[in-house]
Amino acid sequence: MTVPPLPLKTHLSMFVRLLAIQGSWNYETLIGTGTAFCMEPALRFLPGGKEGTAYREALARESQYFNAHPYLAAVAVGALARAELEGDAPHQIERYRRALCSPLGSLGDRLVWASWLPFCSVLALALFAVGAGPGLVVGGFLALYNAGHLWLRIWGLRVGWRDGLRVAPSLGTPILRQGPHAIGRLGAAIGALSLPLVFHRIAGAAESGTAALGIGLVIALVSALVLVRLQGRLAGWKVGLIVLSAVALYSTLRS
Amino acid sequence: MTPGEILLIVLFGTLAGFDTVSFPQGMISRPIVAATLGGAATGDAGLGVLCGAILECFAVETLPVGASRYPEWGSASVVAGALFADERVMAGGALVIAVVVGLAGAWLGGWSMVQLRTLNAKRARKAQEAVARGEVHVIRQFQLTGLASDLVRATALTLLLLAVALPLRDTSILSWSHSLGTTRLIVAVIAAAVAASAVWKHFSTIAYARSIFAAALAAGFVLYFLV
Repeated sequence: MTVPPLPLKTHLSMFVRLLAIQGSWNYETLIGTGTAFCMEPALRFLPGGKEGTAYREALARESQYFNAHPYLAAVAVGALARAELEGDAPHQIERYRRALCSPLGSLGDRLVWASWLPFCSVLALALFAVGAGPGLVVGGFLALYNAGHLWLRIWGLRVGWRDGLRVAPSLGTPILRQGPHAIGRLGAAIGALSLPLVFHRIAGAAESGTAALGIGLVIALVSALVLVRLQGRLAGWKVGLIVLSAVALYSTLRS
Repeated sequence: MTPGEILLIVLFGTLAGFDTVSFPQGMISRPIVAATLGGAATGDAGLGVLCGAILECFAVETLPVGASRYPEWGSASVVAGALFADERVMAGGALVIAVVVGLAGAWLGGWSMVQLRTLNAKRARKAQEAVARGEVHVIRQFQLTGLASDLVRATALTLLLLAVALPLRDTSILSWSHSLGTTRLIVAVIAAAVAASAVWKHFSTIAYARSIFAAALAAGFVLYFLV
C-alpha cells in the first residue's frame, strides 16, 4: 500500500513526543508504551481514523515490551509507523519490532552513552580547566551535546519513516559504526591532556602551594591506577563519597 | 538563602531531575550544568561551575544505560552548587559538604528512580487489559502519569536535600578545621583520580586510544608545569 506523506504537524508531534519517550519507563514494558505514545499521531491516518479497528489494533501492538536506546528509538518509531500505515502483516511488524531492540540498544549505548556523552563531558572539563567562564563551559557543553542528540533523533525519525521495514541497512551508516572509535580517541586525548589542568584549577594554586600541588597530582595518578585495577569491583564516585564524608567528620569533630 | 533563591533552586532541581530520563534528556542534568544553575540561583555561577566540575569528574564514570541503576545527578547537583555558592566566598567546609551532598544526593536520586520505575511497572500491569484493547486515553494517561510522577520525584528530592544539607553546611562551616588550601587539594586529588580512571575505562578498549591517552597525559603534565 502506498502511504501519502504525513503532514509536517504530525512529524513535529512525533518528534516532540520522542523527547518524552521514556516518560513511563518501567520494568514490565520498558519503553513499549512510550513508543506507542510517540507513534500515535501517525496511526490516526490508518483506515477508519481514531475510531477504527486498525488504529486500536496498531496501538495495542506497539504498546508491548520494547527496548532501545532512547535517541535511536526514533528509528523504530518512524519505521514501525510506516509499516503500520503500509498495512504490513501484524506478525511481520511484531517480528521486526523484536528484531530492532538489540541493534538500536547496543548502537545507541556505544555511540551516545559510552562515547558522545563522556566526550562532551571531558570537553566541558577542558574548557573549565583553561579558565573559561560558567557561561562558556555550560553553553559550550549543552550546544555541542545537543547538536549530536537532536540530530540523532531527527535522523532516526527521518530514515525510519523513509525506509519502513527496510531500515536495517541505514543502521550500517559510518557514523554509527565508526563514530564511537573516532570520538573515543578524541575523548581520550582531550581528557588526558586536560586532567592535570582540571586538577590545578580545582586545587587552586594560590591556596595550596606548588609543592603540595605536585604531591597531590602524583597521589591522584596512583589512586587512578588503583581504581582502574579495581574496575568493576569499586565505583570511584562511591569511594569519593566515603573519603569526603570521613574528611568532613574529621575536620568538624577535631575543632 | 532568600525564599526567592529557594524557589529558584527547587525549580532548577526539578527541571534537572526531570531531564535525567523523562524529558528531554538534553543533559541539563549533568553536574557541570546543574551545579552552575544552582550557583547562579544563589548569586555566583562561578562558584557553581567549580562545584559542577568537581561533581562532573565523578559523573564521567557513570553511564546512564537503560535498565541499570545509576546515580541521578541532576537535582543533587543543583542543590550542591547552590549550597557552595550561597556563601559568596569560597569556604572549605561548604565545598566538601556540597560535594558530599552532590554524591549522596545522586545516589538517593538513583534509588528514587528505581522506586518510580517499580511503581510504573505496577501501573503497567493494572493498565494491561485496556492497553491490549488499544485504548488511546489509557496509553496517554499512563505516559502523562509517569511524566508527572517524575516531576514530583525530582521536586521532593530537591526539597529533601535542601532541608538536610543547609543545617549540615552551616554547622560544618563554623567548625571546619582544615585550611582552604588543604581542603581544595583533598577534593582535587579524589576528583582527578576518579576522572582519570573513568576516561581510561571508557576509551582504553578502542584501538590506539591507550597510546593516545598516555601521550596526551604527558603533554598535559608539560602544560601543567608551564602554567
